[in-house]
Amino acid sequence: MSEQILSINHLSKSFGKNVVLKDIDFSVSRGDVTSIIGASGSGKSTLLRCINLLETPTAGQILFHEEDITRRGYNVPAYRAKVGMVFQNFNLFNNMTVLDNCMVGLIRVMHKDRETAEQTARFYLDKVGMLPYIHAKPRQISGGQKQRVAIARALAMEPEVLLFDEPTSALDPQMVGEVLDVMKTLVKEGLTMLVVTHEMAFARDVSSRTVFMKDGVIWEDGAPEQIFGTPERPETKEFLSRFFDR
Amino acid sequence: MSNLAQLGSDIVKLWNNYASVYLTGMWKTVSLAVICTLVGCLIGFLCGVLQTIPVAKKDNPLKKGLLGVLRGIIRAYVEVFRGTPMILQAVFVYYGLPYFTNNAVQWKSVWLAAFVVVAVNTGAYMAETVRGGILSVDPGQTEGAKAIGMTHWQTMTSVILPQALRSILPQIGNNFIINLKDTSVMFIIGYTDFFATHKAVVGATFLYFPSATIEMAGYLFMTLVSSILLRWWEKRMDGDASYDLATTDTLAHTSGMVRFPKSSGDAADERGR
Repeated sequence: MSEQILSINHLSKSFGKNVVLKDIDFSVSRGDVTSIIGASGSGKSTLLRCINLLETPTAGQILFHEEDITRRGYNVPAYRAKVGMVFQNFNLFNNMTVLDNCMVGLIRVMHKDRETAEQTARFYLDKVGMLPYIHAKPRQISGGQKQRVAIARALAMEPEVLLFDEPTSALDPQMVGEVLDVMKTLVKEGLTMLVVTHEMAFARDVSSRTVFMKDGVIWEDGAPEQIFGTPERPETKEFLSRFFDR
Repeated sequence: MSNLAQLGSDIVKLWNNYASVYLTGMWKTVSLAVICTLVGCLIGFLCGVLQTIPVAKKDNPLKKGLLGVLRGIIRAYVEVFRGTPMILQAVFVYYGLPYFTNNAVQWKSVWLAAFVVVAVNTGAYMAETVRGGILSVDPGQTEGAKAIGMTHWQTMTSVILPQALRSILPQIGNNFIINLKDTSVMFIIGYTDFFATHKAVVGATFLYFPSATIEMAGYLFMTLVSSILLRWWEKRMDGDASYDLATTDTLAHTSGMVRFPKSSGDAADERGR
């Protein structure tokens, strides 16, 4: 068993009286490519946002290399720099060019000099095939291109884990393909990834582990062959039957 | 017609004798308005950033308490300076300082007092404008910045404020033009700006209406030039509508899965953004 990066114990999250996550236990090890699947409103995105502390958990622990990130006084920005996030709506900085989007974190957060930052940014923009567009502003490129830049921006920080929050849900089918291609490359390179997705083919064929969530609870957690082939829970079967005729 | 001819000749006479006085007055008005608007914006941005510091339930009580007090002070500042006439604020500040300190502290110059009053007044208006500007920026921008590890301060300075600045630029222009005209109330404490020159010139020549005409034209000239400059600045901030593909880097073409736009125009043209 490889080194455990993240370990989530008894995590709960509620917004007012609305309970979104119930007693989640879950962990991520180096090299894992985990897909989290489930219907809209099942709490998948909230789980991801809790891991990055964009939402504050109501109860429970999140351990990053055995250290509790929810405790008071924990250096949250430094933690977030090591855990990348790719959003459904890209969230590229509108006031910057593609290149600056990928450089700003290196310069301001990692305190790299401009030259090193530009080299790193160019390297990752090249990897996602966006190098020719470095002078464009986000409003000038397409959705798929934006998401590839967003992935490059996250990669440029050289994170230990990369979280994807429905990275293809705001894209048309052709653009979905270009973003998934980039993600598949990253899987081959051994990046640790946690992907909330509605792309069942990605979850089944690319990820090394699949987690099924419903009503804020993890119902099944295992190898994709098992979840998609011989799901144990009737809930999982019912959910998957909407995607695959069986 | 003879009225107009008379007015024209009086204006020429005034201008020949007092042009330098008027121009000095204009300079004092413009310089005070420019510097007060700039400092006012700084105050406004500072208040805006302080007011939008996020408070989490888990934060320690000291931080929460301090932030609460800070917000109270900013609120009070904004309400007091927006809610009273600037002419009275000038009187209070200029005569109040010696009054309340039994003449121990006096203003070194009228300019300094006028500067403080106008800047602090502008700051009160800008505080609210900036807060609105910050709130108008898509929350996703903040999340994007936090996700790469930025602190509140870094998020503000790198991502949010540049975008907020663009959207409140017309309002900054508004404040500047208001300042150009409203600095005239500083005559109450004896600041000799453009309007005060009018009073001085009229005192000497009794040519009240011709001088007022020069004043009107002078103020209009200043505000029109400002409007044009502000529009130009807005355009410049928006940047080019198109961008260049980085085609000098030939390796870029062979890497990755780039699909080049087929036409020679840039990709943004086709989508008509």
